[in-house]
Amino acid sequence: MAALTLLETSAISKRFGGLQAVDAVDFRLEEGEIRAIIGPNGAGKTTLVSLISGRLAPSSGVITFKGEDITRLKSYQRVGRGIVYTFQVTSIFRNLSCYENVALAAQRSLAGGLGGGLFGSERAIAERVEAAIHRVNLTDRLDLLAGELAYGHQRLLEVAMGLALDPKLLILDEPTQGLSQGEIAAFCDLIRQLAKSATILIIEHNMPVVLELAERITVMDRGAIIAEGAPDEIERNPLVQSAYLGTGNA
Amino acid sequence: MSSAKGKGARIVALHLAVIAALFAVQFLLPAYHHGNLARIMVFASFAVGYNLLLGYTGLLSLGHAMFFAAGMYGAGLPLYYFDVGVLQAFGLGLLASFGLALSFGLLALRASGIAFLIVTLMFAQAFFLATLYFNEITLGDQGFVLSEQARTLTLGGVVMSFADPTVKYNAALLLFSCCMLGCLALVRSPIGRVWVAIRENEPRTRMLGYDTYRYKLLALVLSGVICGAAGAGYALLFAYVGSTFASIQYSIFALLWTLLGGVGTVLGPLVGAGLMFYLVDIAGDFTSSYLLVVGVVLLLLILWYPKGLLGSLRARWLPWLP
Repeated sequence: MAALTLLETSAISKRFGGLQAVDAVDFRLEEGEIRAIIGPNGAGKTTLVSLISGRLAPSSGVITFKGEDITRLKSYQRVGRGIVYTFQVTSIFRNLSCYENVALAAQRSLAGGLGGGLFGSERAIAERVEAAIHRVNLTDRLDLLAGELAYGHQRLLEVAMGLALDPKLLILDEPTQGLSQGEIAAFCDLIRQLAKSATILIIEHNMPVVLELAERITVMDRGAIIAEGAPDEIERNPLVQSAYLGTGNA
Repeated sequence: MSSAKGKGARIVALHLAVIAALFAVQFLLPAYHHGNLARIMVFASFAVGYNLLLGYTGLLSLGHAMFFAAGMYGAGLPLYYFDVGVLQAFGLGLLASFGLALSFGLLALRASGIAFLIVTLMFAQAFFLATLYFNEITLGDQGFVLSEQARTLTLGGVVMSFADPTVKYNAALLLFSCCMLGCLALVRSPIGRVWVAIRENEPRTRMLGYDTYRYKLLALVLSGVICGAAGAGYALLFAYVGSTFASIQYSIFALLWTLLGGVGTVLGPLVGAGLMFYLVDIAGDFTSSYLLVVGVVLLLLILWYPKGLLGSLRARWLPWLP
């Protein structure tokens, strides 16, 4: 697949005091792929995607998205470019209805600035909300408070919020954590669906999910990328086996 | 979608009915309560502005008296010293509160949480002390009284004096209606949705792509202007302008009215301001330490109805109440 480069980091680093959480990482993502990042706890996976989404500012290095330097852009500006992050710890508006949760995302991608916020059309928002909610199969729960949903449904709501933002790059941080086997299977189907319209970057500990979904896998350890390749290559890689698969962290 | 539309119609109908009821009771009330209600509506407008920031955006301020006072001095000083019309004076009041809220917001919103609260307190205190310091102009805490002539509006050949109870009452009602309906429209707009999101979870709102600083600034400026409109209205309707209205006491009043009526409810400020006004009024008949009575009632309220009256009503029976 000689696809276009969607996202590229050059020597991106993040230091927290004495801890080098991400150490001069060069990472490239092609448009349209499903990429998984794996690695033991503390390998720097979440820090790396936080740098990409703009939740954290890098200590050094450059990030480009669609060929443009986005290193200095704020997180909310990156959302405007199509970089959408869904949280590892479910982060929904618990006191608002499912509709309102997704509407917040929908209205952002429809309207943008403050002016649009005042004059944006509620009908257009509602249409987009319903489309996103329908894709994750929560249509019958539209009016429930998000906090009242079962845990698995909260994860789905979070994905629906991501969807309503119309992402070019959807970053999912441990999306299957806490889901039942049945929910995981449905979730994998959903991700494959989403991959038709967006590039997917997924951090995941659940190896069967990773092997089933990912076209390429990036392995991180101690802030650096130690291997990258197709799932079968990664499984055979001795470095990976000692750093990750062998240590039983999964 | 039809249910959402029905809900919207019910909400609008309720708020228009409240305005209609306020209009109707002026023909029934004895003069004393008639005058009280006019005052309550102006204070309720003040609380509506305060509630926009606290109830919907989740920013706790203890400095809103400065916006009220900015509107009051912005309208009152030109009326007192120069020969300006009533409408121009009101416009100047709005302008003063707008300028203050914007410049204050640009600075203060760099802080959040407790730090923001303290900054609001400090700014308001500085504003209050300034009104005392420049007492040659403001006449300090003694204040000044606007003449009836200064408070007379000629509109299309009709001469209206705000000293006239009927004009006063209906002007207060007009002011309150504008503030309340404006607030209703704002909180039901997409912008209101973002404000509530900021109140609930600001980091998440930012990750949904919103520049939360700008939304908070907008909320603060609109809140300040509404409070300024109330202050300008007070000067025009009740003829008195003084430093007391810039003091911390009035910032706390705005907070209490809002808490009492129900934080984050559109009608809460009216209920809160009305109850509080009569609480002080009735307690004052029995004891000179009426503030003690007010304090006890508020304690009981926080214990049993921490969401305020309308907030509790909404939680139990009326989930559709905005």
